[in-house]
Amino acid sequence: MAEQKVAAYICQGCGLGDRLDTADLAKIAQKEGKIAFAKEHEFLCNADGVQLIKNDIANEAVTHVVIGACSRRAKTEAFTFEGIHVSRANLREGVIWVRPDSDEHRETTQEMAADYIRMACAEAKKVKVPEVSPERGGNKRILVVGGGMSGMTAALEASKAGYQAVIVEKSGELGGWAAKLHKRIPFNEPFQDPQETGVAEMVAAIQADSNIKVYTNAVTSKTSGAPGRFSVEISQESGPTTTEEVGAIIQATGFTTYDIAKLPELGGGKSSNVVDQAGLEALMKAANGGAIKRPSDGGEVKTVVFVQCAGQRDDTGTHLPYCSGFCCATSVKQAMYFKDANPDVDTVVLYSDLRLPGNNEDFYRNAQRKGVTFSKGKVKSVEASGNQCKVQFHDLILNDENAAIADADLVVLATGQVPNSGTNIDLFQAAEAEALSGTNPDAEAKIAELKVVSVLNLQYRQGPDMPQLKHGFTDSHFICFPYETRRTGIYAAGPVRRPMDIAQATEDATGAAMKAIQAVENAAVGRAAHPRSGDLSYPSFRKEGCTQCKRCTVECPFGAINEDENRYPQFNEERCRRCGTCMGACPVRVISFENYSIDSIGSQIKAVDMPDEFSEKPRILILACENDAYPALDMAGMNRIEYNQFVRIIPVRCLGSVNTIFITDALNSGYDGVMLMGCKHGEDYQCHFVKGSELASYRMSKVDDTLKSMNMETERVATYEVAITDIERVPKLINEYAAKIEEIGMNPFKGF
Amino acid sequence: MSEMKYHNNFLKEVEERVEEGHMVKMCMQCGVCSGSCPFGPHWAHPPQELFMMIRAGKREEVLSSDSMWMCTSCYQCIVRCPRKLPITHIMHGLAYLAKREGLAPKGQPTAEFGQMFWDNLTKDGRVNELKLSLSLYFKDGFGQGVKNAMAMQSVGMGLMKAGRLNPMEILGGHKIKDKSGFHAMLKKAREIEDARRKLA
Repeated sequence: MAEQKVAAYICQGCGLGDRLDTADLAKIAQKEGKIAFAKEHEFLCNADGVQLIKNDIANEAVTHVVIGACSRRAKTEAFTFEGIHVSRANLREGVIWVRPDSDEHRETTQEMAADYIRMACAEAKKVKVPEVSPERGGNKRILVVGGGMSGMTAALEASKAGYQAVIVEKSGELGGWAAKLHKRIPFNEPFQDPQETGVAEMVAAIQADSNIKVYTNAVTSKTSGAPGRFSVEISQESGPTTTEEVGAIIQATGFTTYDIAKLPELGGGKSSNVVDQAGLEALMKAANGGAIKRPSDGGEVKTVVFVQCAGQRDDTGTHLPYCSGFCCATSVKQAMYFKDANPDVDTVVLYSDLRLPGNNEDFYRNAQRKGVTFSKGKVKSVEASGNQCKVQFHDLILNDENAAIADADLVVLATGQVPNSGTNIDLFQAAEAEALSGTNPDAEAKIAELKVVSVLNLQYRQGPDMPQLKHGFTDSHFICFPYETRRTGIYAAGPVRRPMDIAQATEDATGAAMKAIQAVENAAVGRAAHPRSGDLSYPSFRKEGCTQCKRCTVECPFGAINEDENRYPQFNEERCRRCGTCMGACPVRVISFENYSIDSIGSQIKAVDMPDEFSEKPRILILACENDAYPALDMAGMNRIEYNQFVRIIPVRCLGSVNTIFITDALNSGYDGVMLMGCKHGEDYQCHFVKGSELASYRMSKVDDTLKSMNMETERVATYEVAITDIERVPKLINEYAAKIEEIGMNPFKGF
Repeated sequence: MSEMKYHNNFLKEVEERVEEGHMVKMCMQCGVCSGSCPFGPHWAHPPQELFMMIRAGKREEVLSSDSMWMCTSCYQCIVRCPRKLPITHIMHGLAYLAKREGLAPKGQPTAEFGQMFWDNLTKDGRVNELKLSLSLYFKDGFGQGVKNAMAMQSVGMGLMKAGRLNPMEILGGHKIKDKSGFHAMLKKAREIEDARRKLA
């Protein structure tokens, strides 16, 4: 690579020229930033300004450009030059728009701008334009685990887009639960009556598709590799083990119905006349077009009672705590089976809340039209006597605690979906730790037991399956990016991810197929997947400095880092999401990216001009998450909401990438306080990298001891959860913190 | 009784025998009608509850209820019902069925006045307002009747002065020309309606 040559360009547009002394800024860039040259321009983002920079790149061999203008989030198209690094000093949103335009503030505003120029120059000198990782796989086939509605849809959608797919189905046939249904809930106009499932047509389409390969009676017994180069062993029940090379994986392993034998109080497992919804579909299939007969004696069915939320939405901790979402519409559909065959059959649906999202409301209305009775009530018991059942319930509309239907011929329990997620890797890791420490002699047996149910059998350090979210459902970035998981290139689709019906699963599978295609395409060219889409940088480490402490491998939220045979970290770049959590974790600071490192941040921290203790000008460092906090700060600027003139803000990829050295460096160089702004963590986390902000807050909880040992107030480091919408809150937090720092007083380490 | 409920027998009867009864099954129990009814708090059962009782097969309780007699036909419920149920019409239909089945509550003032009005109208084909008022005042006995009449005295005098109430009506009042034709017509209409609604 050619020698580094840094040039700075200071914009005078958008009022910057009126508010700031740009000539002074250019001088600072050149003198203090020690760069080749600095230029001013009255309107840098117009064609003329951009051409100026392009000419310097061409004629002056400039390799690094510092732009002192608007936020790095603005004008990205104008200020992107191929092969050239660009550092942005945020003088507009970060300085003039958050400070009042008056003579008394002119000095501090100029100081703010000058510091951002110094920081941008310091950063530019420490980074390189990343080169594509040499380690990348180009396989673009997509493996789909599970051949139900979700799996079949994903494979067909991938094939339609021109990608080969491999389906691995555990049972002997494709179709999953959908194949066991008589009909499905209507999914298109006019949403009035049950519709054909269309499973046979889909199976036929798959069989006719040369792009799709199907393994039945098969499981994935071993999965290793990374996006673009997964290697999957497929074991068939009676046959050889085959190895398939694929680029991405979709886990569409669906659900199991909640066992009705666990509901004896509702007659589950006690009477053949009490069935679950799947059981009723089986009866309907067995009737083969005729009327459903009473299971116990083949008698005529005159009264059918549907019990909603059976073993679901349970707050006692005994049964499923969640709503499965599809079961109300399914009961509507099944009640119609009876009404369509014979309008004189009495069908009663006992619900606590009838949940029929979307167009299912029309379906429900049609069921009412057909005479299905819906009653709000909590079922207390179902008791079989002879060939009939007595359903006792609390009628919540008529407020009758002792309501009962004594002559139900058939009772259908609407039980929920239990995901087929595979091994719970949290339990797996705990067992592994126990085995390692020798605290539990049964740990090995427990590991084996946990492994038996594994779906993917991943050869990842973090365990054989994907992490699980709530209630055992497979990982999904629930709030922001539902298709994303913490295993790059592996996507969860359908009811394994959250409870859903066929229509939702179809949509879900289509989305997952799209994500899988993105993953293989990104992997082939070494680009990062969401949320740093397109990023070419990747982590590398200085082997001689590594102490093999394993913190990077443990803390990586995406399981990207394995250990090699010599117990050094082995980065699987295609799995990496470039959040920098490993860089933040490393106690010896040997992990870095070409364009983002301990040094590139540290130099910015140290570049700030530090006034002495008696200047009454404190300095507060803000490390802000680039996904949420930094945009919120920018928007505060756009709304001209003022905040304190003594803060200096550095965007970070994720709060997880904040190494504690940044804090000690800042305090040692005289900053009076450090604010960390990241996303909400915990149960309803909003961190783009799932665990980043949580890890940061954990690490910072340990900083207190360091502060005390330095004889400093613990308030000098503060962590905040900030959402992108906190546009008015963020300036308030800054001002409150600045007031607190003023109260505590200046950092005694200034000037040392 | 309580154990044989939640069958559709009574709902089917209502569908057959009550005006707009086929719409009862479309109620989705949102309760907007009950919340909108100006008389809501004064009924034993607001409309939405009455509809649920019909679907639960509570025939006796529904038909002997005073609820549908409380309806003032303000139409607020019809205007607001998201399912477009003609609630007011169903209320009157239920009241009529209850009356015909002999299950309407005894002494219910609306029911009694309804009968008075009907008798008064059908007698001569014209409403005799003076006689109608007096029969209403005196329905609970002579003493109460005098009290009622005295209380309404000034209103009556005012109506008389304005020519809106003719005291001579007490002697018989005006009639339509073809009374027997009118009665035959009513008889026929009733036959048709009874056959349609299966009323004896």
